[in-house]
Amino acid sequence: MPRRSDLSSVLVIGSGPIVIGQAAEFDYSGTQACRVLRAEGLRVILVNSNPATIMTDPEIADATYVEPITTEMIEKIIAKERPDALLPTLGGQTALNAAINLHESGILDKYGVELIGANVEAIQSGEDRESFKGIVERIGGESARSRICHTLDECLAAAEALDYPVVVRPSFTMGGAGSGFAHDETELRRMAGQGLTLSPTTEVLLEESILGWKEYELELMRDVNDNVVVVCSIENLDPMGVHTGDSITVAPAMTLTDREYQELRDIGIAVIREVGVDTGGCNIQFAVHPTTGRIIVIEMNPRVSRSSALASKATGFPIAKIAAKLAVGYTLDEIPNDITRETPASFEPTLDYVVVKVPRFAFEKFPGADPTLTTTMKSVGEAMAIGRSFPEALQKAMRSLEKSGVGLTWEGEPGDKDELLRRAAVPTEHRLRQVQQALRAGATVEELHEATRIDPWFLDQMLRLEEAARVLAEAPKLDADLLREVKGLGFSDVQIGQITGKSEDVVRELRHALDIHPVYLTVDTCAAEFEARTPYLYSSYDEETEVPAGDKPKIIILGSGPNRIGQGVEFDYSCVHASFALSEAGYETVMVNCNPETVSTDYDTSDRLYFEPLTLEDVLEVVRAEQLSGTVAGVIVQLGGQTPLSLARRLKDAGVPIIGTSPEAIDLAEDRGAFGKVLADAGLPAPKYGTAYSFAEAKVVADEIGYPVMVRPSYVLGGRGMEIVYSEAMLADYIERNAEVSPEHPVLIDRFLDDAIEIDVDALYDGRDLYLGGVMEHIEEAGIHSGDSACTLPSITLGRDDIERIRYSTEAIARGTGVRGLINVQYALASGVLNVLEANPRASRTVPFVSKATAVPLAKAAARVMAGTTIAELREEGMLPAEGDGGDLPADAPVSVKEAVLPFNRFIDKEGEGVDTILGPEMRSTGEVMGLDTEFGSAYAKSQLAVNGSLPARGRVFVSVANRDKRSMIFPVKRLADLGFEILATEGTAVVLRRNGVHATVVRKHSEGSGPAGEPTIVQLIHAGGVDLIVNTPFGSAGQAGPRLDGYEIRTAAVVRGVPSVTTVQGLAAAVQAIEARVRGDIGVRSLQEHARTLTADRS
Amino acid sequence: MSEATGGPAILVLEDGRVFHGRSFGATGETFGEAVFNTGMTGYQETLTDPSYHRQIVVMTAPHIGNTGVNDDDPESGRIWVAGYVVREPARITSNWRAQRTLDEELRHQGVVGIALTGTRALTRHLRDKGAMRAAVSTTETDPRALLARVREQPSMAGSELAAEVSTRESYEVLPPEGVGARFHVAAVDLGIKAMTPQRLAERGCRVTVLPATATAEDILALDPDGVFFSNGPGDPATADGPVAAMRGVLDAGRPLFGICFGNQILGRALDLGTYKLTFGHRGVNQPVIDTRSGRVAITSQNHGFAVDAPLDAPFDTLYGRAEVSHVGLNDQVVEGLRLLDRPAFSVQFHPEAAAGPHDAAELFDAFVDLMSAQPASAVK
Repeated sequence: MPRRSDLSSVLVIGSGPIVIGQAAEFDYSGTQACRVLRAEGLRVILVNSNPATIMTDPEIADATYVEPITTEMIEKIIAKERPDALLPTLGGQTALNAAINLHESGILDKYGVELIGANVEAIQSGEDRESFKGIVERIGGESARSRICHTLDECLAAAEALDYPVVVRPSFTMGGAGSGFAHDETELRRMAGQGLTLSPTTEVLLEESILGWKEYELELMRDVNDNVVVVCSIENLDPMGVHTGDSITVAPAMTLTDREYQELRDIGIAVIREVGVDTGGCNIQFAVHPTTGRIIVIEMNPRVSRSSALASKATGFPIAKIAAKLAVGYTLDEIPNDITRETPASFEPTLDYVVVKVPRFAFEKFPGADPTLTTTMKSVGEAMAIGRSFPEALQKAMRSLEKSGVGLTWEGEPGDKDELLRRAAVPTEHRLRQVQQALRAGATVEELHEATRIDPWFLDQMLRLEEAARVLAEAPKLDADLLREVKGLGFSDVQIGQITGKSEDVVRELRHALDIHPVYLTVDTCAAEFEARTPYLYSSYDEETEVPAGDKPKIIILGSGPNRIGQGVEFDYSCVHASFALSEAGYETVMVNCNPETVSTDYDTSDRLYFEPLTLEDVLEVVRAEQLSGTVAGVIVQLGGQTPLSLARRLKDAGVPIIGTSPEAIDLAEDRGAFGKVLADAGLPAPKYGTAYSFAEAKVVADEIGYPVMVRPSYVLGGRGMEIVYSEAMLADYIERNAEVSPEHPVLIDRFLDDAIEIDVDALYDGRDLYLGGVMEHIEEAGIHSGDSACTLPSITLGRDDIERIRYSTEAIARGTGVRGLINVQYALASGVLNVLEANPRASRTVPFVSKATAVPLAKAAARVMAGTTIAELREEGMLPAEGDGGDLPADAPVSVKEAVLPFNRFIDKEGEGVDTILGPEMRSTGEVMGLDTEFGSAYAKSQLAVNGSLPARGRVFVSVANRDKRSMIFPVKRLADLGFEILATEGTAVVLRRNGVHATVVRKHSEGSGPAGEPTIVQLIHAGGVDLIVNTPFGSAGQAGPRLDGYEIRTAAVVRGVPSVTTVQGLAAAVQAIEARVRGDIGVRSLQEHARTLTADRS
Repeated sequence: MSEATGGPAILVLEDGRVFHGRSFGATGETFGEAVFNTGMTGYQETLTDPSYHRQIVVMTAPHIGNTGVNDDDPESGRIWVAGYVVREPARITSNWRAQRTLDEELRHQGVVGIALTGTRALTRHLRDKGAMRAAVSTTETDPRALLARVREQPSMAGSELAAEVSTRESYEVLPPEGVGARFHVAAVDLGIKAMTPQRLAERGCRVTVLPATATAEDILALDPDGVFFSNGPGDPATADGPVAAMRGVLDAGRPLFGICFGNQILGRALDLGTYKLTFGHRGVNQPVIDTRSGRVAITSQNHGFAVDAPLDAPFDTLYGRAEVSHVGLNDQVVEGLRLLDRPAFSVQFHPEAAAGPHDAAELFDAFVDLMSAQPASAVK
């Protein structure tokens, strides 16, 4: 069937900010879908609050709304755009929930919008556990025995019937939020209580434990003719009990016979039909008993998911793209397979390689959080690798994680076998390493299977690695045969060096002398049955290379690797833009990355894609392969964040042509002494600082600078390990906790500027001209990591002379360090002095936000500058505005607000309590949203809507602030009272308010306990749903009882109950403006395309 | 290292390309036509599929043997492949149904295998140059000497092999307990897979499996409600005996169903030509469209030859009008034939699966429907 002719416009809902469980994979799928729909001649209207995405680039859709994904806002968009249809299956659970709300509130009917690619009944029966269970039963499958509960009493009774441990699963939550194992009644009370709260339908499911069973996933697609294909099978290395997003997963399934696999396939197809998924993708999960083969259907997602993004990358079958085509009427057999071009999409990919995905975690960012892996997803990113064998793929995947302490290593002693076995029994991010070390320590496959329930086949494959390592260690000489053999098992030069006592460089030289290099093979969907037309490549120590020759000059872009806090999708955005811009400029673009969630690893993005780890060894081999097949004009390292940047120096030493800012300039910006000289030469003030290699040195530096000081390790991203230190005792404590301090890892100590306005600048420099991309004013004061603080562009309080000083300073720094391309500078304006905090000669995480707020493609321009085009030429060409820049936006330019999204609701400590939510110098946010409107209040209101769902327009506000904040809180709180809010406060705060004429009801502190007449504490009030907004600025130091602990309890309760919580006075002022805007009710919607037209019109 | 592999081994193709690897399974020297199979599951079914007689099968999936070998999954009484080429043979077996390792099974049955790194390179070579004669040897160290012997081997084109794999004596497969025998099917074994009579038996058929040499008289003497012609190895152009037998069945107007080789026999019975595909279709992911319904089935296939017939419209034959009922979507190869005036049809793919998806199982129902619509008594 051809495309439906009755559709001319489609609304696509994105997935909003990056959060745990819903990440960059939906940018990948949404971008694909929008492109496909536009190519089909449809007008595409997109709503997504996340600016750091390719899908919200103005050229991807016809009308792009970076607006909150709420029923209210989407209705405004529908009323304005009048789309014929709504496609909700490509934006994760967020989009699906939004679509259900729009349907249930009658908005879709009211405006005659047809839901395509899904129907509400299918969504509900797929997601509602009870009805899904019925479906599984009807098709002859089996579900885990379970009970649906709506109250705590029902939960307790059900658990008695099912026997502990039981699995607690709240309904309709994302990424399994709130689910886990309850081993006894105490645990059940806590988890079920939280689960009932988290579930929008106040519903949790309790089910029998299938802990330790084998876990599988199938990705399926169905078209309107009821043709169904299974795109990919995935087997989890971690058995049941660990969320699939947190598991190491392998494709294809490794330990099923055809009969067993076909049984899963039959069930999967029967389920997709019975659920009634109209068209599109769906994913279904199974548990298989390891010794009886009993199959249990766990769940299905009637939409594109994280796993489908992984399956697309693993097989070369673009699920989201095909889903979009199916939604507008095509059938699978009408859609060509992109990769072979000649065969249709109605087939099942077959793999002649093995794919391994490993999750990346960020527990170090949440001290106190329980690191045990459970059925609640906690990972923040993932890496995927492809190899011709499981060991090769596993080794590549593990080194793609770029995280010390979790990879496979043969350094040092393995440790005690029994201890390792004991620890490996509890799943954590360290488990695979523990398994490997246990094998080193002599553990058997049987012992490890007993401890971990990991399938013996996987363990034996790991034993292969250990046996090879032993042969290597005992070999008298590293000859070609042996080297080829261990390289075939995925051993890196670093690992071979560990085993043989050589440096990585020596191993590489030896290997090259023996002419041992990987070859590059094609991901072709068909195991070489047909010729592949799309160069999607991976390395293997195999027989013949498939890199096609090219005659255009090539530019290699190094991506950013697995997402982590501090290095997320924003960097992928810049890499993708560079690829687009350089391709347009006539280069052949070559992308290297290992993150399956991203747009950069879509085989459509660049002329060639190498799905490879971003280590020195792997990158050098890619460069070599590309040099053999053509001319490499340069390698770009400054767009992918710290990952490629940290390779720059060694790549250059190895003779690789780095374009853009030179490695020397990168080093200069990182070297405090040299950079200090740049500032001094230009006469730019900076906070006093020093570098220390020991506590003694640190103490001297801090005494000289004066407390408070900001301390951090050098060479970090995302403020890792950064703290504000108020006293010598705290400094000693810090140095002790950061034991890595050494000559290679000094500690940087800066004067901390209290009460400063923090300013973030992204700029372009070509050696002659500076283009100020944007000047962002932070809403929170200095001291909170820029990635976690809200900011506004244009700035709302800076004067023209401030901007000119910023322009002058930025140019001086760019010139002084030798930047060619992007530079990010952070300033603190304190007492009229513009202090330079730091400069990063690379793309920053704000580049996409700045690009959208100013309607200028900054990353594209940066790529062109790196390739040699001047800013003047780009202005002439039209890529940059002919006149002016992001520093001198028109006075009436709309205001954009960026707000961070924090993952606190994902983490609990060992006692099951929440982790503290206060912000600090260490970045902890996973994503961001943007609010765009004519003035600050409504723009900020939108940003809060997008993060929290809402700020209240009426109700009760609880206020408790530190003494230093009491003065600045009076006006905003008074304004809230005037707007009709009831004010609750702790005693001290209430006194101040009352003296200033604001009536405040005193509420008992948590530490005071409930009153004699049963008066509740504030924490109890929050839990009872009696508070609509919380204003609580932290005071007291960490670990201290009393006020600090009170604050912690309050903020934690706020997270659990989902009550908006403000933790700075600056944030409060902004929130009040936003609430005013909400009360006025005049918040409208505007597309980025309209926004760009406004700015262009204003400029000319 | 305790790898599953032994000493050095070589694979030599008739065009002179040589691959070095290590011995896997039995040692010795073996000859056959090198073909590749792209299935990621089902190695046990593949090994025991008689259609692979005289073929050296290259598995594109790298890890083979992970689930070991059991007594339930074989498609015949023995392994038929002439040689087996894999990349990563399993060192241990991990499956609750496994009874022994694949390596043990290959040794036990004397099947020579080779584990080599470049299975993808080998596959690409066969894809580009076509399936060709080859040898695997663990005893010969000189590739040139082995190449000379490869070139002495008969080629697959022109080979008559069905009789070599067929049962010598006829036997019966009865419906499972609780299923009544509604029909009697005569199944001509040209290399039949065990799952085929089982699929018929599940649907209430008593199946008498006859040797490949069965004549029309032999078949009709059983007075069957329907006749089935199975899959099998070799060049259909040589299968004059089965073609004659099928024509006798068509003349008698008995419901007829053919699979794979059986489809080629029907093609020849209708005077259509057959030809050798460059590298054939071997795997479990082959999309086939039903030309009437427009539905696509993902099918299991194993064929190196195909029928030449007009795809666009029905055509006249000795037995009235016929049409191409199924077409392979990857390369537009004829995947099924249907007579419009007689109760006969056949498919080139394997609806019995084993290994492979069950998408096309309804074809067995279609055969049963044909038998229901035309009870044998009506045409007697």
